[in-house]
Amino acid sequence: MPTDSHAISPATDNIHSASFEAHVLPCLDAAYNLARWLARNDADAQDVVQEAMLRALRYFDSFHGTDARVWLLAIVRNTYYTLRIKTPQGSLHEPLDEDAHALVDAGPSPETLTLLAVDIGTLQLALERLPPPLREVLVLRELEECSYKEIAAITEQKIGTVMSRLARARERLKAELTCPPQGGTSP
Amino acid sequence: MTCDDVKLLMHAYLDDELDAAQSAAMIRHLQECTACAASYDAYSRLRKALAQPGLYHRAPEALRERWSPVQRTAEPVVMLPSRRRRAPLAYAMAAGFAAALLLTSPAWITALRQRGVDNNPIVAEAISSHIRSLQAQHLMDVVSTDQHTVKPWFEGKLDFSPRVKDLAREGFPLIGGRLDAIDGRSVAALIYKRHLHVINLYQWPADSSVTAQSEVQRHGYTVIRWTAEGMRYVAVSDVSAGDLKQFVLAFRNDAGMPATRPLP
Repeated sequence: MPTDSHAISPATDNIHSASFEAHVLPCLDAAYNLARWLARNDADAQDVVQEAMLRALRYFDSFHGTDARVWLLAIVRNTYYTLRIKTPQGSLHEPLDEDAHALVDAGPSPETLTLLAVDIGTLQLALERLPPPLREVLVLRELEECSYKEIAAITEQKIGTVMSRLARARERLKAELTCPPQGGTSP
Repeated sequence: MTCDDVKLLMHAYLDDELDAAQSAAMIRHLQECTACAASYDAYSRLRKALAQPGLYHRAPEALRERWSPVQRTAEPVVMLPSRRRRAPLAYAMAAGFAAALLLTSPAWITALRQRGVDNNPIVAEAISSHIRSLQAQHLMDVVSTDQHTVKPWFEGKLDFSPRVKDLAREGFPLIGGRLDAIDGRSVAALIYKRHLHVINLYQWPADSSVTAQSEVQRHGYTVIRWTAEGMRYVAVSDVSAGDLKQFVLAFRNDAGMPATRPLP
């Protein structure tokens, strides 16, 4: 607006938006991947990412770190949980039963070894059946390749908690793959 | 280190999060204890299985396009209602925020307007699409240096048949094609190389008979637009303006002919 060039600072805003584009937009895949694994369907995941990106844009001033991916993933995660609380009719209602399913780690059977070698669909279902706190650490670690420290920052937990949840998540996933639950939605 | 210690620390070991002393203790234990070694082996396989690229969900095109720099400012309100299963609250917040953004950030608008005559949203869109195309695994949908492979690939994906020419002899080898979106419609993107640089050539049917060729420099990219034989073309690259002009000249001339014909 040439009439009022002092009131606004387009240069600053341009730098701001260029910086957002340079730092945050490249993390769109990471944001969607986490949202997709949390929401477990494409439409909800797109809603979560859209909302998270708007929040990221809104609060980009508060981003002072060096790792925009960690920053954005924390926003995605928070967005998912707040949207989920606000839409209770949603299908996402697993209790966080961390202590249910006492872990019986009987060591690898031959079945485990073959099961793990095959079928991405089975793996996907098993991962989707994990409760969200376990699913998210596993997705962040194995798919997003975050370090424990990064996962701790994203999920706002202690590193020790991250480590024990990851151990639990893997034990649980291995158990699911070895003996899938009867009568459920097995493919 | 006991088997109980190992059971927990094994995961930190798998993730390369143990310090050197603990790693050494872990290695010793795994050499001695077959049960723990078998368990370690199983978890290694599990990790390998989870590393399959098929499990990683990349952002869908619709989302990516919504967050391309131009559309975010120019048409957020138009884009949003196209989503069917939007949670009402998220939708309201998103729309409200988009409106607030438009009201409070005139810089976005001035940024689009500041070029005066050259203010064509297609230029900005083409540049951001070009930049996006250079990000990992987005450049090409069909990889081929053969125009007779690239052209049929577009069949059924577009409502027009794009012109595909290999310009290898002119120093611009065709390396592949891709579907993209410019100006709210699906377009064909042909990817050419010039040495180590990438040239994106977008084309779609022209809706007017503007034939003048125009060239714009912005953010270090050169964009050349022209219309020919009912098709709209936009070439984008970070090669020198001279090189891109030469590319356009080569494309506009029939392949194989010396690129000497003067432009209109």
